[in-house]
This record gives sequence, structure tokens and C-alpha cells, in this order.
Amino acid sequence: MLKFTEEHEWLKIEAGVATVGITEHAAGQLGDLVFVELPETGSTFSKGDSAATVESVKAASDVYCPLDGEVVEVNQAIVDDPSLVNSDPQGAAWFFKLKLTNPGDADALLDEKAYKELVA
Amino acid sequence: MEDNPHLKHTPLHALHLSLGARMVPFAGYEMPVQYPDGVMKEHQHTRVAAGLFDVSHMGQVIVRPKSGKIEDAALALEKLVPVDVLGLAEGRQRYGLFTNAEGGILDDLMITNRGDHLFLVVNAACKDADFELLKKGLSDTCDVTMIADRALIALQGPRAEAVLGELWADVSDMRFMDVTEADLHDVTCIISRSGYTGEDGFEISIPVVSAVDVTQRLLEHPDVKPIGLGARDSLRLEAGLCLYGNDIDTTTTPVEAALEWAMQKARRAGGAREGGFPGADRILGQLAEGASRRRVGLKPEGRAPVRGGAKLFADAEGKTPVGQVTSGGFGPSLDGPVAMGYVDAGHVENGTTLFAEVRGKYLPVAVAALPFVKQTYKR
Repeated sequence: MLKFTEEHEWLKIEAGVATVGITEHAAGQLGDLVFVELPETGSTFSKGDSAATVESVKAASDVYCPLDGEVVEVNQAIVDDPSLVNSDPQGAAWFFKLKLTNPGDADALLDEKAYKELVA
Repeated sequence: MEDNPHLKHTPLHALHLSLGARMVPFAGYEMPVQYPDGVMKEHQHTRVAAGLFDVSHMGQVIVRPKSGKIEDAALALEKLVPVDVLGLAEGRQRYGLFTNAEGGILDDLMITNRGDHLFLVVNAACKDADFELLKKGLSDTCDVTMIADRALIALQGPRAEAVLGELWADVSDMRFMDVTEADLHDVTCIISRSGYTGEDGFEISIPVVSAVDVTQRLLEHPDVKPIGLGARDSLRLEAGLCLYGNDIDTTTTPVEAALEWAMQKARRAGGAREGGFPGADRILGQLAEGASRRRVGLKPEGRAPVRGGAKLFADAEGKTPVGQVTSGGFGPSLDGPVAMGYVDAGHVENGTTLFAEVRGKYLPVAVAALPFVKQTYKR
């Protein structure tokens, strides 16, 4: 199941675990990223908490946790090479995997069609 | 944002849009922050080839002495700046600062002796206030005019001289801070060998009617790309140059800002025209005795950028505050974060480790010499 948030994150949800990243639209708006800070594995977040930080040459931006859950894995590859977020934001440059507290909450997020309309 | 009716446009606005620029509000103007290449590539292109910047939002001011004697204009302007204007030769330019009675900085500017008048370039955000200051201070001896019919562009980088040389062979006779008139594509421009990137380069004042034409022809050169405000900021930060409103303002003095070099001997204690500018007591006092804080370069030790506003501490627990970052970001040419800020005297020696508060953590930063990149001015 692929879902989106109004804060420009995408979630690919399989068996109650969401792989989370930022959308191509968000990556384009941020510009060349030079630094990514990811949460610790094992940390828990509520929906809307700042879970990660991305920095371009010009500015820092928060990446918000899209749902309640526990971080079970992070993608070190984007810490080592932040430009990956610009080149493959909705593929190899995922940010973290989140074990959802209430997987059913994902139903309320945007589907791909609704997100595309949002950024159109 | 592209159609905000409250924002002014420069003469090159439509050209920016046609080049695919992302426009943002800046100092009352809608300006290009980046083009499709992005900040990183634009920055690097300027360091290896030539970048073209629209700086038409800045104020261009003519100060013409009523007596016809340039010395009268120079002496009048010296009442507002701690700079030796009288000693500025015809065809030469010099960096300057408008100070206030407390020794704070009202704006920074470039001052040129154009023979029969002084030509000033001031910051966009300050230009109305500067114009009022100049009219109030100089009107009895000078006519002060804000130029509305000239655009201003900058061509910066190691290929800038060769690019201009294809239009005007004498360009190589110019040295850093020389200013002269020259015809580019049959348009008479005022060209100075100066800039805001740390690179060799030129600023070119062009009559508005020809601004798009001259700019487009320069952009046709394969070595030239348009550069937005984003890369302009990272370039000047690496070059250790102050941004008014961030690194200098009315709460900082020239001495605190480490800009003593802009105050020549003639205006200092014992000089031929000692003092006589706003805040002279405080500024000359600080020159003699030192200031309680100083602007320094800061090199974060990790990868995380440390931005303007971050607090600086002497210890890793954030117990002893010693200053604040005023500009910070990522330096593409250094492939790492760079910053500058104000630090209490006693912590300003190069190599001193301080700690910057970033998102609740205290990140080590080293006090570092400015500029971060080697300046390549043709002196």
C-alpha cells in the first residue's frame, strides 16, 4: 500500500511496517541536500513529531513522522550520501522504517492520486 | 509567489523567468534564488568558469559636488563613513560603511571616484534609508541622485576576464577595484573589477534599455551561466564576506566586525582627518583598546551545517555562552559546513574549539581564519 502526507512524505506499508521517505516534489523544492540526520533505531514517535532533518546549502527542514510508531531501521546510505535523496527520493533514498502502532491509521492518509492533485 | 504585486521587479525579471529561475522575495524585490542547475552546481560553476548575477536590486547613487570639485564630495561623504574618500584616486573603488552615533553599522557600500562625481552602490534593503541619510548629510554641498535607469549585473569567476575580453580588449588592463567606462555591444557600461564571491570578476552597470540585450549576449557564452541568490550567499560566505543584516548591523561596530581594514590611516587616531564620522569616539576607542567581541570564521568539525542564530558555548554542555553564529551553511567548494559569527574576546584565536547549539546538541566548531577559500583578485 502506497500512501502520502500533506507534508510531502511517502509511506510504503507492508505487514504493519511503513518505509518512509520524502516525495520527489519535496526533494525538488529542497534542492541539493548536503546533510541528513536520521532518528535512532528503537526510538518512538507520535504523528507530527520531527523524526529527521534534511539540510540543503541554504536551509534546514524537518521531516515529520507520518504516523505513530517505532523506528526499526534507518537508511545509512542517505547519511553517507545526501545527494541520493535528490537523485532517487522515492526509491533508494528511503529514510526509515516505522513499525506502526495502529496500522489502520494509514487509511486516513492520502493516496497517490490525491497527493498528485495536492502538488499539481 | 511569482505574481506578488507588492514586490518590485528588476529589468531582468522576465529573463530570469525565461531561464527557469525559482523566484523568491528579497529586500522588496522578486529575485531568482536559483536556476534549474541548482545552488550546488551554480556555486561550483562560478568557482571554475563564470557566473552571471543580477544585482539590479542594489541601489546605485550619484553624489555630485555643487562646486564641481570632487574633493568637496569626498569630504562631505567622509562625514558619514570612517573611510578615506579624499585619498581615493579617480577610477578607483573602495569598500565603506555608513556608521551611526553609537558606532553601529547602518549599511556597507562601495564608493567610486568617477572624476566629477562619486558613484555609490548600496544594499537593496537599506537603499531608501541610505538615500535619505545622504540627502540629509550632503545636500548643502552635493546633488544626491538615486539612479533608476541602470541595471547592475556581476560576472564572477576565473573565466570572467576572458569572457569580457571578447567584447572589450582592454579589460585585462583593469586591476582589482578599478572602475572605468567601456562599450559592450555598443552600449556604454560602467565596469568595476570587484564582486562578492571571492573570485576575480566584474560588476557592470548597464542602461536599462540595453540591460536584457547585454545580459543575454553574455549568457550566450559557453563559460557563462546565470547564478541565483542561493549560490551568491554560499560563495560570499566561503569568501568570508559580510552580509548586511546578518553579519553586520546597527548593533555591530566596524572593529567588532573585523572590518578595520576599511578604515584607512587618514581617519584613524593621528591621521590627517582623524574621526569626524558618526560614532568615531567609540570606534576609535575600540581600535585603540580592542572590542569585547569579534567576528571570526567558524569551521564545524562534523558534516552538519551550523546556521545563523546558533548560540556558541565554550564548553560541550552549553554552560558558558561566548557568542552567536551570524551566517552559516554548506560550502560547496569546501565540501563541508562553514560559518561565521561573533565570539567574546578571549575565545577568538584560530583553532579554539567552541560548541554550537544545533537542535539540542552541542557540535564542535573551530575558530578559523577567513576567507575559507583563497581570494583570486587581480591586484
